[in-house]
Amino acid sequence: MADAAVDKGWATLLRRNGDEVVARWSEAAAQSLEGRMTRAELERDVREMYDALVAGVGEGDRHTLADASFAELRALLADVSHTRARQGFSSTETAVGVFALKEAMLGVLEEHGDLAAYRSFADFSRLIDELGLYMLEVYAQAREAVIGEQADALLELSTPVVKLWDGIISLPLVGTLDSARTQVVMEKLLQALVDTGSEHAIIDITGVPAVDTQVAQHLLKTVQAARLLGAECIISGIRPQIAQTVVALGIEFGDISTKASLSEALLAALRKQGTDVVRRTGRRDR
Amino acid sequence: MPTPVVVESGEIHEIHTDADVVRVRQAARTLALSAKLSLVDQTKLVTAASELARNTLVYGGGGRATVEVVRLGPRRGVRAVFVDEGPGIPDLDLALTDGWTSGSGMGLGLSGARRLVDEFEVSTDVGTGTTVSVVKWTR
Ligand SMILES: Nc1ncnc2c1ncn2[C@@H]1O[C@H](COP(=O)(O)OP(=O)(O)O)[C@@H](O)[C@H]1O
Ligand SMILES: [Mg+2]
Repeated sequence: MADAAVDKGWATLLRRNGDEVVARWSEAAAQSLEGRMTRAELERDVREMYDALVAGVGEGDRHTLADASFAELRALLADVSHTRARQGFSSTETAVGVFALKEAMLGVLEEHGDLAAYRSFADFSRLIDELGLYMLEVYAQAREAVIGEQADALLELSTPVVKLWDGIISLPLVGTLDSARTQVVMEKLLQALVDTGSEHAIIDITGVPAVDTQVAQHLLKTVQAARLLGAECIISGIRPQIAQTVVALGIEFGDISTKASLSEALLAALRKQGTDVVRRTGRRDR
Repeated sequence: MPTPVVVESGEIHEIHTDADVVRVRQAARTLALSAKLSLVDQTKLVTAASELARNTLVYGGGGRATVEVVRLGPRRGVRAVFVDEGPGIPDLDLALTDGWTSGSGMGLGLSGARRLVDEFEVSTDVGTGTTVSVVKWTR
């Protein structure tokens, strides 16, 4: 329960001097966010945070962000942090917005404050720290999500499935195949088989520096899954050092057809498909 | 009798994630190049390192790898040592059997790695952990 003395503290000051607080707050925040967002945007954000803060502050000066009455404020802060993280703001630029409220309140205190208000400033300061930390926490989570999405996008980008011929697609694998990437690559190949109705897939591993049992297992599983879809896979681009290593490891590719190069694999797929490839004799064009 | 092996350079890598396994593999390749292993031998060493690092991660619950360029008289080579404080291997002969896995792998990592390198040593204790040491020498 709040007694009369406490009720003259920061909460009252905040409520009574709304316009001045918002003006000073925006001013203080603008100093660190100059050029990152327009003054109008900043003032709108600040006004929203002010309203949510005042709405959540009930009686008295002792509050914590976990109070049920701050649900709306928490949602708003999370929203602002998310937006800032996605816009590429730094963590400091994100939290400075609420920390600027302290400076604003000090100014208001000097103008209008009494002893009670000064005494309660520590409580106020603690609450604002909580708001800032909460924003930083949400910011960190949001950044991680952004980074994760970018990594996923890269994964997608680096695995192009190419249509070589009617009914023949190819997947050139390049670089180190870690577990996550191999999984994505293989799923993409299977999806492409379905989407294009192709019956032949060539998995070219020319760009893969090493084939260990995990990569081999992913390859074998993919070939089996492709068979269930009615398609045949050819593995091409097996360089001599890879071939020797795979044999020494004891991996058996069984009845899966393998070819040294992509062009040989294409030729084999065309033949199986019943497409004849003939070399014209006589005069060459070029 | 300990072999008079000289360590010329080396790196230590913690193994706690998939990305760490990739890093160990890259370190093995870099050092194999600087020790002037042939392309085939580089690939064999890198592949063995990949298998053992993954075992450290998957079965050992994480650990670390030391990868070094070593010299023994006129010969150079690359040594890779994988250490974990995991559950250990209760039956080493079984674990070294082609095709045997306690998980869902191909069961060819340990036995295959042994065939890929020139020296291969495992010391393991149930409840204490596992250390696997391999060396690939230049020819
Ligand atoms: N560092 C380790 N700690 C505990 N157990 C291991 C370790 N390395 C290998 N093993 C055991 O040896 C078995 C065989 O390993 P491996 O030949 O690499 O096959 P896979 O990884 O396919 O299971 C594993 O299934 C596991 O039970
Ligand atoms: Mg293994």
